[in-house]
Amino acid sequence: MTSQAELDKLIRGDYAAGFISAIESDTLPPGLNEDVIRFISAKKGEPAWLLDWRLEAYKKWLSMPLPTWAHLDHPPLDFDEVSYYSAPKSMADRPQSLDEVDPELLRTYEKLGIPLHEQEMLAGVAVDAVFDSVSVGTTFKAKLLEAGVIFCSISEAVHEYPDLIKPYLGSVVPQGDNFYAALNSAVFSDGSFVYIPKGVRCPMELSTYFRINEAKTGQFERTLIVADEGSYVSYLEGCTAPMRDENQLHAAVVELVALPGAQIKYSTVQNWYPGDENGKGGIYNFVTKRGVAHDNAKISWTQVETGSAITWKYPSVILRGDNAVGEFYSVALTRHMQQADTGTKMIHLGKNTTSTIISKGISAGRSSNTYRGLVRISPRAENARNFTQCDSLLLGDTCGAHTFPYIESRNPSAMIEHEATTSKVSDDQLFLCRNRGIDPEKAVSMIVNGFCKEVFKELPMEFAVEAGKLLEVSLEGAVG
Amino acid sequence: MLEIKDLHASVAGQDILKGLNLSVKAGEVHAIMGPNGSGKSTLTNVLSGRDGYQITGGQALLDGHDVSELDPEQRAHAGMFLAFQYPVEIPGVSNLEFLKASLEATRKAQGKEPWDAVTLLKKARETCKQVDLDPQFLKRGVNEGFSGGEKKRNEIMQMLLLEPRLALLDETDSGLDIDALQVVARGVNSLRSPDRAIVLVTHYQRLLDYIVPDHVHVLAGGRILKSGGKELALELEQKGYGWLTDQEDAPA
Ligand SMILES: Nc1ncnc2c1ncn2[C@@H]1O[C@H](COP(=O)(O)OP(=O)(O)OP(=O)(O)O)[C@@H](O)[C@H]1O
Ligand SMILES: [Mg+2]
Repeated sequence: MTSQAELDKLIRGDYAAGFISAIESDTLPPGLNEDVIRFISAKKGEPAWLLDWRLEAYKKWLSMPLPTWAHLDHPPLDFDEVSYYSAPKSMADRPQSLDEVDPELLRTYEKLGIPLHEQEMLAGVAVDAVFDSVSVGTTFKAKLLEAGVIFCSISEAVHEYPDLIKPYLGSVVPQGDNFYAALNSAVFSDGSFVYIPKGVRCPMELSTYFRINEAKTGQFERTLIVADEGSYVSYLEGCTAPMRDENQLHAAVVELVALPGAQIKYSTVQNWYPGDENGKGGIYNFVTKRGVAHDNAKISWTQVETGSAITWKYPSVILRGDNAVGEFYSVALTRHMQQADTGTKMIHLGKNTTSTIISKGISAGRSSNTYRGLVRISPRAENARNFTQCDSLLLGDTCGAHTFPYIESRNPSAMIEHEATTSKVSDDQLFLCRNRGIDPEKAVSMIVNGFCKEVFKELPMEFAVEAGKLLEVSLEGAVG
Repeated sequence: MLEIKDLHASVAGQDILKGLNLSVKAGEVHAIMGPNGSGKSTLTNVLSGRDGYQITGGQALLDGHDVSELDPEQRAHAGMFLAFQYPVEIPGVSNLEFLKASLEATRKAQGKEPWDAVTLLKKARETCKQVDLDPQFLKRGVNEGFSGGEKKRNEIMQMLLLEPRLALLDETDSGLDIDALQVVARGVNSLRSPDRAIVLVTHYQRLLDYIVPDHVHVLAGGRILKSGGKELALELEQKGYGWLTDQEDAPA
């Protein structure tokens, strides 16, 4: 039976029967309605409360207009053209070997020094899923279990740990928070769940990389991290190699809960396909990331964004408790026709709360790079402090850099510092390098890396090295 | 080694060098003196291939090859080095990182064997000491927040590591205190050898007490007006440039 026929059946209301056959199917035709959501939920065998939660989100989404305030320019998105559920491609449908993969992509992997089996994984080659990290994965899981850390897919967590999911899902980013978050809440495919028990320091950096085989989470990913009192976790999202992905639209949600005294460090390297130099293709990335920091808790976001045709992303911290700390370190590089509108929000609610924002934007080609940040000090946030530094670096003169720093201070004891610079890779700097025998491409990448140093030093060690290499590869052809 | 013949060059559409001739042989040290704005820095920039400096006539040959056919980095690989009058800062790029990139590229192009990290660090530290620069400077951003004199010593440090065959030093002595002047002079002298040449741009005779030149030239109005031995510098110190430029301006 075709999936269209199944859907028709669903729509006709023949649910009970319709479901059974529908569940066996793998992909839904494009379009979104309540039945599609029921289908997704049923496919995952979700409990009723979660289906209701999704449906509620969908109702909210229907009433929300598409946001237009960002400094982004793209053709209107047609949400009826998106297919909201597709199972991972079958082995037969995927490239059978690296020979069938875009050589350009492979060349990039080569430059980044990615081992062969990882290249296959990233390029979506049909390799036996047991090939790599089963043993690594299991020893790693055992170690976490010993510490009481939960790290699993969010679908699994819904079944295994409903008591942890129910109170926290949507607690930081509510269903109706914004257009894309509402969409995600209605149709999220999968994602990660992390719980760190009281007083536990997570024994290793948690990386989605470890779950890459099972983590074909698709375009509506949802992540929830709960760090219980006094615990610590460092979480790495993404990988430095460009991901092969057919999906144009991505709308992810990440929620972080740092209970009193907890610390969450969340690092992202995002290198999805940015489109070609004429702006053809590329991922549209609309992400909502937010954390709540309770008393004495700390949340740090570090991001290196070099991919996607469009990036719409504002990892934020609600400093709810007294003495809470929020940090945002960002490098956003745009080239070709890429557009990035990214930044953060630091919402100071508690007393003696502190936030730091370091943003480095690098623009090349005909790209547009916008920093948008909000620092809000609420009336009861005595002695709140913020330091913001926003630096833009331009390569060439056809690109654009913009900064929109918003400050809303409603408590006179607040101390807010803001610094902003815009610079160019100067001819003098380039000439000094060349005079010392360094070719211009290497020179530019070195200068850009230097510009980003304050952010890179916040990344976990091996990530920082890779991020540096990634910039180098991304900047190729940016000079000249 | 360096043969400059009737060189004309312009910057921003303005003719600065107007028929300059100069011949530098291996083993020699040449000093170029001359009034402000006469074109001394322009000459070193043209030779090094800086963007915006246009050769409009004549030529400059390095080992018989026209330099204008080479990119700036290729000139460096061919053994040319310019110590800048105003060394620029590169924030966030450590001196050591910069040296590593520079030496890697240059030694590779020159067919010399690469230095491993340990050798590089050892040599860099030694060379820092040689120019009286604390090795801590290797960790700092290139020239970032360096004092004027520290920047100049940093340039010499890089020069000593790169071992150029033709070193152009643009007012490396200006901004140096008396002790630093001697340190830098010692560094430059240590580079002197029968197969290398050095061109010093300076305003002060004092440097030439320490680095004794084989030839001294006066550059004014975009040309070499007068050349002589080291005693010419002493004469200039006493008389200034007026007597030369007046002669030039005088109707024929
Ligand atoms: N980028 C430029 N645009 C316009 N004029 C320039 C530029 N660079 C140099 N000049 C001009 O060229 C002339 C020669 O400058 P140059 O720097 O070569 O002089 P100099 O002999 O090195 O002087 P000093 O002793 O002061 O260092 C000056 O009149 C200067 O103003
Ligand atoms: Mg000068």
